[in-house]
Amino acid sequence: MTPEIVPNFGSDNPDRKLAIICSKGNLDMAYPGLILANAALGEGVETMLFFTFWGFDMITKSRMNDLQFSPAGNTAMHLPGSDMHIPQAMMPAPGMTAVATKMLKKQIADLDVPEVPDFLDQIVAAGGHLWACRMSADMNKLTMSDLREDVEGIISASDFIEMTDGAQLLFI
Amino acid sequence: MPVNEIAGKQISVNEEGFLTKYDEWDEEVAKVLAKQIDIEMTDAHWKIIKFLREDFKTEGETATSRRVQTVGGVPVKEQFALFPKKPAKKMAYIAGLPKPKGCV
Repeated sequence: MTPEIVPNFGSDNPDRKLAIICSKGNLDMAYPGLILANAALGEGVETMLFFTFWGFDMITKSRMNDLQFSPAGNTAMHLPGSDMHIPQAMMPAPGMTAVATKMLKKQIADLDVPEVPDFLDQIVAAGGHLWACRMSADMNKLTMSDLREDVEGIISASDFIEMTDGAQLLFI
Repeated sequence: MPVNEIAGKQISVNEEGFLTKYDEWDEEVAKVLAKQIDIEMTDAHWKIIKFLREDFKTEGETATSRRVQTVGGVPVKEQFALFPKKPAKKMAYIAGLPKPKGCV
């Protein structure tokens, strides 16, 4: 008989930490950080997200439901399911951003991937920590009351660096 | 394909120890699997395991944490409390199913 095989669910590095800096507020660029944070938490990795500059929209109550996607300037954008490009010159046409946003949201929903606010709910439920950037808050004249309730604080860049001592870091 | 003896039965597993044959699983097997990874099964644990088994039958793949919440009705937070650190993989293991494939 072969010996018992039991999966190793203990991590070889139980202290592993991941810090993700979310600096983009376009709908398509909001997702990489969320997906990686969620994956890391599901692997038992302590995860902290820092929202800065345009990424601040992801946690701002009045904006987080309306992130948009524009194909302008994105030369990798092609029609869904094909290799065809729409010429860049057409991208700034009126309504193009709305159409592209709607299309992307549908593709994301079809995969059962939640919208940004729901996704952050799930990340917090899984033990993730959300932090807001001090400079971004000051520039936008926003305070804690403008942000999701589960944002743990508005902190300086140096506070975040100090807090994430020893963590692996992703800048998105 | 390796074979583990679990609860007195010969059970096919993959190289990591996850069960590979849906029908070789039963609750006695699940109890042993849970014990092997230090999970004490309660009604709340069984509710999730039973959902995963049923869902796999219709979907053909293992539900992710997200789906256990939205379709199975068990919030992600509770999943982490019941199956600490790596809920999705631990739940799949005890349910005798493959690891979930989805990213979310």
